Amino acid sequence: MKNQINIIICFFAIFTNSFTSYAQNKNANLAKLTLELNHVVGNKPLKLQDESYINEAGEKFNITSFNYFISNVKLYEKDGKEYVIPQDSSYFLIKENDPASKKINLNIPKGKYTSVTFTIGVDSLRSTMDISRRTGTLDISGGMVDGMYWTWNSGYIFMKFEGDCEQAPIDRTGKRKFRYHIGGFGGYNKPSINNIRTVTIDLSKKGLIKAKNNTNSRVLIEVNALQVFNGRTKVSIVKNPAVMFGNVSKLISENYTGMFSHISTKN
Amino acid sequence: MLKKYYVLIILFSFVFLMSFSESIFKGFVNPEHFPDPVYEVLKNPVTKESFELGRELFYETALSRDNSISCGSCHIQSSAFTQHGHDVSHGIEDRLGSRNSPPIMNLAWNKAFFWDGGVFHLDMFSISPITNPVEMDEKMENVLEKLRSKNEYRERFKAVYGSDEITGNQVFKALSHFMIMCISSNSKYDSVMRKTEVRFTEVENKGYKIFLNNCSSCHKEPLFTDGSFRNNGLDNKFNTDTGRQTITLDPEDRFKFKVPSLRNLTYTAPYMHDGRFTKIDQVLDHYTKGLQESHTLDPLLKKNGQLGIPLTEDEKMNLKAFLKTLDDKYFITRKDLSEQ
Repeated sequence: MKNQINIIICFFAIFTNSFTSYAQNKNANLAKLTLELNHVVGNKPLKLQDESYINEAGEKFNITSFNYFISNVKLYEKDGKEYVIPQDSSYFLIKENDPASKKINLNIPKGKYTSVTFTIGVDSLRSTMDISRRTGTLDISGGMVDGMYWTWNSGYIFMKFEGDCEQAPIDRTGKRKFRYHIGGFGGYNKPSINNIRTVTIDLSKKGLIKAKNNTNSRVLIEVNALQVFNGRTKVSIVKNPAVMFGNVSKLISENYTGMFSHISTKN
Repeated sequence: MLKKYYVLIILFSFVFLMSFSESIFKGFVNPEHFPDPVYEVLKNPVTKESFELGRELFYETALSRDNSISCGSCHIQSSAFTQHGHDVSHGIEDRLGSRNSPPIMNLAWNKAFFWDGGVFHLDMFSISPITNPVEMDEKMENVLEKLRSKNEYRERFKAVYGSDEITGNQVFKALSHFMIMCISSNSKYDSVMRKTEVRFTEVENKGYKIFLNNCSSCHKEPLFTDGSFRNNGLDNKFNTDTGRQTITLDPEDRFKFKVPSLRNLTYTAPYMHDGRFTKIDQVLDHYTKGLQESHTLDPLLKKNGQLGIPLTEDEKMNLKAFLKTLDDKYFITRKDLSEQ
């Protein structure tokens, strides 16, 4: 009997040992990748509050908040082979006032990657999951005012873009502001606004990701907030000082897919 | 002699065991004549500790910014967990909401929450009144800080979740556990349906038939709502709340609101999404002669081209008698649902 137990313990030890070394190997096969997001407005750097900018409609504005979700990051090799970042750790809330949030750190397998794809916003599956699967940046406790979550119409705010504009009409709070809260995952049991947008960044011109052992590849991406107004459809603050859950939100979400451009890759 | 003792001992132990089983917490029990719940009770089993923690939080004023009101302030048990005497909800600093506060009752069977169904899961509901500026106007991070500062809460959260960290999700789940236990299934109607010796009176029986012919397709038994969104023809000149349309943005959903349950009708006045009717008679008058035509008016309220539900005064009396059998005195007096 005692012998049997010893044998079992022995096997167990061998098993756990080989398992941990396997896990270590697996980690060793992963290289590091950082997506660095550099926020600008046209050709000026984005600075909250103090700096003022002009959009194509000729409206002068400043920015008081600029937050958005990036999720479901995927990488592609030349032959189309795909690497999907494990979903549970693929949700990132980018906030202009939090510099650390503008660096997305990922672990990826060794390889040469020619493009990166991600979602702006939160996919519908995660938006309807049990709240116990929505922690960290997806915690709904933040609510609407400070957080990125609509409590009255369950769902995440994918992008929150707010600022002051002297030409804007006076709103209920007595201020001249623009407030763009863009969300909408398509409706829970009845189709509704779907503002989930996917962005693909082609790396072939400015530098591929060459992920090797013990290296940290850095992909620098410029994010031009002016595109919210100046994208495919020109949006005027005077005409649309507040855009939330309505049809104009679709135009804005289309516009902001054009915010991202690849600057360089450092391997 | 010995035999007598035996009998006595058996009798005593029986009584003892019976009294013990009374106090044993049974968790979520589905009433036999109810359908399966929508809330995933099997995945989230209600324990005595989680239920009691939920109850403590439900009556906790620290959930509001100025620590003045709790969930129980606007959802009062004696009014079947509605805010008695208020047409629209009444929050901190006398701020007014735009809709009537609905009962916390049989929520485990609810497919959607709020009058417009904007929230699709009970766990996602509680954040709304807590952070709504015209209700409790508090931030969750402040709520969590207030709760963490109390040792009693830390111990209770630890007992339920194995950690005294206290997160928003834990607060929401515990509140859900209390709310799904607010089951109303002990009205006279329920006793009749359970085939006990209780019977409807003749008048109630007549009323039941009128109900079945005119009301039951929307106010579906046994929950007395089918959970759908319908336009019941209210005048919307003064209140332009478009209801379901604000969520789906579909013009076909204009002025549609969730069909409310008729259970505990006596205790849940005033009626309609904005509490415009204070008496059941006004509601019945609305359905017989007050309906407003519009392109989203529910087709069931315009059968054969005729607007409304024709009811004689006699029929109304009978119907009201039946509706009274939906009142559940036990539900509104149950000690385990009250503030402790």
